[in-house]
Amino acid sequence: MQPVIELDDLTVHFGEREILKCLRIALSGRIIGLLGPNGAGKSTLIHTLLGFCPASSGTARILGHDIRAEADKVRTLVGYMPENDSLIADMTAVSFVRMMGELSGLAKEAALERAHEVLFYVGLGEARYRPLGTYSLGMRQLAKLAQAIVHGPRLLILDEPTNGLDPAARTRMIKLIHDMKDSGEMHILLCSHLLRDVEETCEDVLILKQGSIVHHSNLESERRTNKRFVEIQTHGDDSGFAETLVAIGCQCSAVVGGRLKAVVPEEFDLREIYRVAAGRDLQLRRLNYRRDTLEDIFMKAMEV
Amino acid sequence: MAVHKHTYKDYTGPRTPAWSRFLVLARFGFARVFHLKFLLLFIIGCLFYPLVCAAYIYLSHNPAFLALFRIPASQIPHVDGRFFYFYSIVQGALAYLLTAFVGPVLVNPDFANGAMPLYFSRPFSRAEYVGGRISVLLVLLSLITWIPGVVLFAIQASIVGWDWMTANLWLAGAIVLGLLVWIIVLSLIGLALSAWVKWKIGAGALVLGVIFAGAGFGTAINSLMRTNYGALIDLTQVAHTIWSYLFRYNTGTEMSVSSAWIVLGVTSLLCLWLLARRIKPFEVIK
Repeated sequence: MQPVIELDDLTVHFGEREILKCLRIALSGRIIGLLGPNGAGKSTLIHTLLGFCPASSGTARILGHDIRAEADKVRTLVGYMPENDSLIADMTAVSFVRMMGELSGLAKEAALERAHEVLFYVGLGEARYRPLGTYSLGMRQLAKLAQAIVHGPRLLILDEPTNGLDPAARTRMIKLIHDMKDSGEMHILLCSHLLRDVEETCEDVLILKQGSIVHHSNLESERRTNKRFVEIQTHGDDSGFAETLVAIGCQCSAVVGGRLKAVVPEEFDLREIYRVAAGRDLQLRRLNYRRDTLEDIFMKAMEV
Repeated sequence: MAVHKHTYKDYTGPRTPAWSRFLVLARFGFARVFHLKFLLLFIIGCLFYPLVCAAYIYLSHNPAFLALFRIPASQIPHVDGRFFYFYSIVQGALAYLLTAFVGPVLVNPDFANGAMPLYFSRPFSRAEYVGGRISVLLVLLSLITWIPGVVLFAIQASIVGWDWMTANLWLAGAIVLGLLVWIIVLSLIGLALSAWVKWKIGAGALVLGVIFAGAGFGTAINSLMRTNYGALIDLTQVAHTIWSYLFRYNTGTEMSVSSAWIVLGVTSLLCLWLLARRIKPFEVIK
């Protein structure tokens, strides 16, 4: 499978300051989450991929196209929804989205048709003839999304798409992201401070810190791995309980005062643990999967 | 995908050639300008003087009209370099006002609303952006300057005859060159200054102020320093010098023609530098 984004020793300087430090990775997920604290270099990475910032050394490829040598081709394939407000207030949504479509290479008629379609798609169909300056924050976010997808990009870069949205609008945006992922050939790079958004939508996650990659993982495989860890809390005499679990294939650790952690084998039936406990007349007060959330992953990455 | 189908679908249709994309910006620029009725009326108003000139050319060659008002044909000023020199002064001044009105309308909304990342995240370069915006100004300014000038020349030639036209063909060249250079410089000034001031009215005032301030400072420098170098920062003086040279009409200006051309060249380069500094996809805040 061709990587969506390949970073090949990518280094970016602003003056004397090194913002991105020799990044090297290949990302292939349908939705890739880009995380990091403020100043980690997320926006610089996005700007470099779009050709806004020149790379000091190294390069990057988007869907196999070099961002330096084939900048125009890359920009044809990419749709960008910036974090900041960037809509021209006195233009109507349909006129603005149409103009952006035409600048991306769509013919006049096709751009107009696509502008109507994408505005309906994001839920601004009824408001498409209103000036963008009269839109609420949530509507403006949707209009920014509409201009980013009007030309049918293969890679959609979303920079903080749920910023400032109320819960209903956020849910709608997340649903749209899922829908776009499912309905076409589109890949999405989602940059967000909201870990919940990334956790709900992304398959891959890339965490940057001070311009370096500190973590890259596939969230789905992380979730699968997490399912093999269980935390058990017992009440009563638990002597020999851990040994019995080991005997049925589990690996136990940290047996402290009625609490233990076990790694269960694949295809393991958790009811076995209940049977063992019942056989030893031991109360199970708690039995749950260890839930290593994205927040845990992020916090661990920040400690590196 | 029809609008009633609320599902996302890729676009797989044809794409326009890259070279033609700046015309998109120009088209939307015209729409932005003509949306403002005041500007539309002003542009129409700018054609009043050329109409008066056309009427003058026609009537000055109309024996019945001259006889009616008992005007001797020998007393009618000729349509020559002097005529087109004054035509250039009037239309050049109107072009300057139009630049101050139109420049900010074209560029300010993009900067004030932070739209630059959206333009440049597409297959669209900074040069194409400037080309798209400046072409609107050039077309509008052409409509009120050298195009009516050439039409006036053609009217005169059609009335007087082939001999006059061949003998005065240099006038047509002077009209096109003199006014084209002037509107190019004006367009660059209009775009460069509008790009740096986010407030539309402020940008218009700055464009107006540059020439007035230049004229004021130029005069002050000449008075205080007792030199003629102050005229170099007075763009109106510079334009008058070039037009006076091109139309072969001596106005007694003290600036040399080569200095005037150099000033226009330096001004244009300065404006291009300002545009290059300003037109970027994003700003690095230091």
